[in-house]
Amino acid sequence: MPKNEVVLRVGGAAGDGIASTGESFAKICSRSGLHLLAYNSYQSVIRGGFIYLQLRAGREKIYSHGNKVDFLIALNPLEFQRNIVDVVPGGAVLYNSDKIKPDSDTIPKDVILCPLPVNEILKDIGRNPILQNTVALSSLVQLLNLDVDVMNGVIRDYFGKKKQSVMDINLKVIEAGYDYAKSNLPDFDFDLNPDYNIKRPVLTGNQALGFGSIIAGCKFYCAYPMTPASSILHYLIAQSKKSGMVVKQAEDEISVINMAIGSSFAGVRSMVGTSGGGFALMTEAIGLAGQTETPIVVINSMRGGPSTGLPTKTEQGDLFQAIGASQGDFPKVIIAPSTIEDCYYSIIESFNLADQFQIPVMVLSDLFLSEHMESIVDLDFNSTIERGEIVTSNDSDKLYKRFKYTDNGVSPRAFPGTSNTVFQASSDEHDDYGNIISDVFTDSETRIKIMLKRMRKMKFIEEQLPPVKLEGPVDADLTIVSWGSTYNVVHEAIQILQNNSKSVNHLHIKYLVPLQKGIKEILSKSKDTLIVEANYSGQLSKLISMETGFQINHTLFKYDGEPFYPEQIIDKVEDLI
Amino acid sequence: MVVEPIKIEEYKSEITPTWCPGCGDFAVLRGIHTALARLKIKSENVVISSGIGCSSNLPGFVNAYGFHGLHGRSLPIANGIKLANTDLTVIATGGDGDGYGIGLGHFIHSMRRNIDITYIVMNNQIYGLTTGQASPTSERGMLTKSTPSGLLEVPVNPIALALISGATYVSRGFSGNADHLSSTIENALSHKGFSLVDVLSPCVTYNKIQTYQWFRDRVYTLEDEEHDTNDLKQAISKSYEWESKIPIGVFYKADKPTYDGDEPALQDGPLVNQPLDTGKNIAKQLLDEFT
Ligand SMILES: Cc1ncc(C[n+]2csc(CCOP(=O)(O)OP(=O)(O)O)c2C)c(N)n1
Ligand code: SF4
Repeated sequence: MPKNEVVLRVGGAAGDGIASTGESFAKICSRSGLHLLAYNSYQSVIRGGFIYLQLRAGREKIYSHGNKVDFLIALNPLEFQRNIVDVVPGGAVLYNSDKIKPDSDTIPKDVILCPLPVNEILKDIGRNPILQNTVALSSLVQLLNLDVDVMNGVIRDYFGKKKQSVMDINLKVIEAGYDYAKSNLPDFDFDLNPDYNIKRPVLTGNQALGFGSIIAGCKFYCAYPMTPASSILHYLIAQSKKSGMVVKQAEDEISVINMAIGSSFAGVRSMVGTSGGGFALMTEAIGLAGQTETPIVVINSMRGGPSTGLPTKTEQGDLFQAIGASQGDFPKVIIAPSTIEDCYYSIIESFNLADQFQIPVMVLSDLFLSEHMESIVDLDFNSTIERGEIVTSNDSDKLYKRFKYTDNGVSPRAFPGTSNTVFQASSDEHDDYGNIISDVFTDSETRIKIMLKRMRKMKFIEEQLPPVKLEGPVDADLTIVSWGSTYNVVHEAIQILQNNSKSVNHLHIKYLVPLQKGIKEILSKSKDTLIVEANYSGQLSKLISMETGFQINHTLFKYDGEPFYPEQIIDKVEDLI
Repeated sequence: MVVEPIKIEEYKSEITPTWCPGCGDFAVLRGIHTALARLKIKSENVVISSGIGCSSNLPGFVNAYGFHGLHGRSLPIANGIKLANTDLTVIATGGDGDGYGIGLGHFIHSMRRNIDITYIVMNNQIYGLTTGQASPTSERGMLTKSTPSGLLEVPVNPIALALISGATYVSRGFSGNADHLSSTIENALSHKGFSLVDVLSPCVTYNKIQTYQWFRDRVYTLEDEEHDTNDLKQAISKSYEWESKIPIGVFYKADKPTYDGDEPALQDGPLVNQPLDTGKNIAKQLLDEFT
């Protein structure tokens, strides 16, 4: 039976054009109606260094970038050697045979060599080292029986804005590569079952977060560059003219979040994005947002810690940092989106929660979720924008009480410029008018009242958030607990385990603060429990035990910087049941 | 026709200042009240941000919106407010520790932006609220609670920093000369772009050296001299006068493009007035870019 799914790896050094090759192939797949998921494993060197992009595509929804590869495009001899061990039997390596001379002793048997004599293929066209990538890609399109016209279209769009002559050369290269593969390379038994009438959007998590913020009516985004959050900044600034969003790179993360709090105080939906180190600098101001009851959305796209840690690798190590961000107690929400679609919806929801409850909302993504590309089915644009209670004028002769004591703890907000609503927002403790009660006047009675008012919000937030949902059979032999970006890979592992007659269900947690309801009820009925987390200490498992008293039995922690593979989860489960 | 002047009283809040009697900050407060009244800016269109310190309590004493934020962060808050609503008059305030110490980076970068806000620093060359430690403008050798054998650092020169960092209205006031101070603040508020008013505002409790008398013996007003406020080099040289003669008044003034004026996303007017559904209206188009 022909294979209906393909895993491609492009391996090379930074600067070899891996990302653009991957992006082009992603577009070719998405315009062929295929689903895909791609992960770029890179290091923070601009040139040199070992990097690869791995992309898995097929007609059905794809949940991970796969482990072993069907096709390897090796861009230099070192990467040829390094990656060939991951090619499946019957899989192939495409490489520029002018540059790479394989040593036949080290080639695993069953791996098919597909040499591409690039100079010969391009002899009438041109000599640019980067063209070898296009030759390899068009050969692959042929080997996978995909429509070469789709690739032409992708290249046309890519170069359309640049130079016509460059585009023409590339189109010729595509034709040459495709024809070469057709007459010289063996046939492979793939039928990806393309549907050229379907075009699937392909987004990274960061693009989905940015896109979501535009739909949510965010008008101020502030950031200081930091991997892996920077591409939110890049996406939003590119859309700024259309979206009408002020996108500001500030001098440091302290300024970033304070500017955003200032802008939100003045009435504009505001968001910031960073990674762990920048988030650490923001923490004092997260408490400021809590204390002044100023809505703010803070994205922390986690990378490997501690300290500068692994700047270009993924981890889920900042949960406790987010929970503990800033001194004192104040109402807040921490959300961890699970998928690309969920990034989009989570941001919209975060803005609504921030505005309705006048609180900081922290969104925990990670490098894998933020930077990997994935095809999506569709997104709903009709979500409502909930700005919460806003005072638009005060006609009474009474002074406006910005922090009025209310049943749900939420006091209607007024923006500067609204008649008769002048007030003070203060980081010092204050009364319901906003007048400070700290220092000289410390007034413990008022302190308790205002503290209770703010903290009352948590109960209403908790009520508004949906309880956890168990996926899979209730009476399974094992429950896997996960959070954030591991949703997809756990989901895929469980599917495979089910096909092997293992009965496993899945409890994925999205809301970390307040911790989602229903966890203990479900887990206490589970036959056995396993938590999967990309960190060293099992932060969620500790949080669950702290909040619910429930102790999860088994753990699978990973902190080598690479995302989980389904096989790692499957192996662990097979040890257990 | 006699126009009823807006009274200074209208800009006073209900809260009585808690500063020590004689604190220089009273004159700054009075100066802000007076300047707002003279310029007839409605209370509801004024926002004053501050950090933490004795001086940073000032917003609470003005009948205007106040944002009393974190130590050193009054400028980022003010930047954000201005970008969100360019119709507002935005004033940032605080002390020398707040603005020239912990918040120094924001000071320089806000000036580089020439964003249209006014920054009023109550410079008492000491940490008042924390009871008398050295500040970034304390003189070398000064004996303070944290420097019992004398401070080993030279002071920051805020005027010189402002001049080389892009501020377009750079001035100094003195709490012992209230009339001059209020008109300096008034002109700073009318200026389009980043304006600095560094105020020599004695701390009568913790700074026993730079007292009112110490300043009275030294200050002179630039307006009484042949000082050309268009001349940056002359301004820089004036900014180095300190030991025996201390200039107050406007060092430098220029008409330059502002950040808020040139930001592309602000060309349709204040951000806060823009429709929330811009994104929804272009959602399909934005999603198509991903295919
Ligand atoms: C992050 C942080 N560090 C330290 C403090 C303590 N603190 C409060 S005010 C202040 C210095 C006050 O000096 P200055 O800004 O010159 O104002 P003044 O009281 O003299 O008006 C310090 C160090 C704080 N509030 N926050
Ligand atoms: S301690 Fe100094 S700065 Fe603070 S109020 Fe008293 S005199 Fe003013």
